[in-house]
Amino acid sequence: MQPTSHAFKQNAHEALENPVLQEALGGIRTGWQAARGRAAGALPEFEQLRDTGRDIKNHVLAHLDLYLEAFTAKVEEAGGKVHWARDAAEARTIVLELCREADARTVTKSKSMIAEEIGLNPWLEANDVKPVETDLGEYIIQLAGQPPSHLVGPAVHMTKDEVSDLFHKHHGGERLEEGGALVGEARRVLRQRYLEADVGITGANFLVAETGSIITVTNEGNAELTQGLPRTHICIASIEKIVPTMEDAFTLLRLLARSATGQEFSAYTTVMTGPKREEDLDGPREFHLVLLDNGRSKMVGSAFQEMLRCIRCGACMNHCPVYLAAGGHAYGWVYVGPMGSVLTPQFVGIEEAHPLPNASTFCGRCEEVCPVRIPLPKLMRHWREEQFNRQLNPPAARYGLALWGFVARRPRLYRLATGMAVGAMRLLGGRQGRMRRLPLAGGWTGTRDMPAPQGPTFMQAWKKRRGAGS
Amino acid sequence: MSAARDAILARLRQAIGRTGEEQAKAVETVRARLDNPRPNLVPAHTRLDREGRVALFCEKALAVSAEVERLARLTDAPAAVSAFLRRHDLPQKMVMAPEPMLDLAEWEQQPLLRVRRGTAAPDDAVGLTVAVAGIAETGTLMLASSREQPTLLAFLPETVIALLQAEDIDGAYEDSWQRLREGLGRPPRSVNLVTGPSRTGDVGQKIELGAHGPRRLLVLVVEEAFGEAGDAPR
Repeated sequence: MQPTSHAFKQNAHEALENPVLQEALGGIRTGWQAARGRAAGALPEFEQLRDTGRDIKNHVLAHLDLYLEAFTAKVEEAGGKVHWARDAAEARTIVLELCREADARTVTKSKSMIAEEIGLNPWLEANDVKPVETDLGEYIIQLAGQPPSHLVGPAVHMTKDEVSDLFHKHHGGERLEEGGALVGEARRVLRQRYLEADVGITGANFLVAETGSIITVTNEGNAELTQGLPRTHICIASIEKIVPTMEDAFTLLRLLARSATGQEFSAYTTVMTGPKREEDLDGPREFHLVLLDNGRSKMVGSAFQEMLRCIRCGACMNHCPVYLAAGGHAYGWVYVGPMGSVLTPQFVGIEEAHPLPNASTFCGRCEEVCPVRIPLPKLMRHWREEQFNRQLNPPAARYGLALWGFVARRPRLYRLATGMAVGAMRLLGGRQGRMRRLPLAGGWTGTRDMPAPQGPTFMQAWKKRRGAGS
Repeated sequence: MSAARDAILARLRQAIGRTGEEQAKAVETVRARLDNPRPNLVPAHTRLDREGRVALFCEKALAVSAEVERLARLTDAPAAVSAFLRRHDLPQKMVMAPEPMLDLAEWEQQPLLRVRRGTAAPDDAVGLTVAVAGIAETGTLMLASSREQPTLLAFLPETVIALLQAEDIDGAYEDSWQRLREGLGRPPRSVNLVTGPSRTGDVGQKIELGAHGPRRLLVLVVEEAFGEAGDAPR
């Protein structure tokens, strides 16, 4: 997708003015955010499990080459085929070739962020293969022609009313209003698509080196029908999804659902190993695994390596005050919220995505809830430094910072300047002790008053106290 | 495309940058971890005796909207299934896993109940299968694909019934997986961990059941091990 991350500020402004979106975002606070807190609180070992989860991922990243070799050997042993892709274009070509080999006219897809990352749907459509999303949220945004606005709930920005209109427009018939009826209608429409599809494409939450298995996690059961009905199953996954053993997968699975939706376990966790065995009564005849790098091997050993621990639960965005105000689309690309602010610049370049690492108050809640303890604020700070070094932020900000740096490194000058500023602000504040407008801070004073400083500066007060004490 | 494979692995090796000695050690570390999979931290509340595990399993399964019934023996299943179908106004008709052990239930006790054996077809409304394990921790069923236990039985029909022996209920996921590993070596094509019926929150953030998989899930927990019934044919 064409990124619009450079326009974050404009996008966020529009989002704030959109009452329907604000209503939907409010639901995250009372829904997933609250549920995560309850689920984490109910499991005494939760904090320890987060440490273990972090350690598993760190161990894998330190041995990623070896685990990839072990994993792919096991996939082939089980009768699957492995296809390595350096970048998005290579991955798209591989998937299209596999679809052509299967004579595929339609493919069903269960939710995959990697497919979004490589822009798979538009590519397949342009090449006469019709992709049908089966995760209900993905199906909704596919009908609406929108990108996902959340890792776990891609259509979380839409209200039930909007879904009613959308289904009415695309499915015809009576306009349904009740949630259960809408889900039932999607079930009926998509059931037919499953049966028609020649190929099923899924992502993977984990790849297990021990057995060559892929693990999918859904609440709907759509991954199982996507890979279980057509003749060919293609799984697309990125290289950092590896875990050593099933035991390691279970540790991370205990963290995943609790962090994402506050469930103790999602309804369906499926471990698939190779294609249909000879004696099986169902299952795909062919199993293909597309392993995508797309810049991840360059993150290994870099300042951003820790981002590769991410298990895509969405907790960081569910707890982010900026995400909860601006919504996912404001971020302008596939990955949104705090994790997106770190990842998007990797994929589309910091030139395009420069507002994202700044779209944070650095309140630290994202890091506080991350199941694998990714220091998201620290990683965003790395991008800010990068930006400053490459002179990507506006001149006013750069000169302002340079000026502040110049003054801050000269204590006498700094004290003089702050003393004068405090005096001036007190004058401006007048009898009410607050300012309605401040030069260069219109954005801040637009929605609130600035309180005028009371009394002397800290250094003046300190000096006085020390003087009185001696 | 082995050029891509070589390029990705080369870049990783360069980034990780091990010396010869470190390389040998890393290979050994990975081999040891893969050859001897060991549980990490397992939550303490899953360490229970048999009755404790059965009770926790039932409590957790009910909490995720499954229906649970405890039966004394397998031959109680036909009556329980028939009553369940009546309760939900469903026809007395289902497709059942071709698992020979299920013959011991004596389905002919319910002459009105029509049973077809095999995997599910799109128009099957009710499917019955056997779970290889239950996991008390979250009320989760473990289904394993095989000649006798096709996978689609648990996903295509709108109503799914699973039979589970009480003795197959473990405390934690790791326990069940270890039993599977010891029994089969390589895992079967598909292992499904099923926790309640299918659900979605994608329409207006409100949970609705029956998104793609079953709308209803009935778990029949059977106290006496299958095949131990005194007069059952073997």
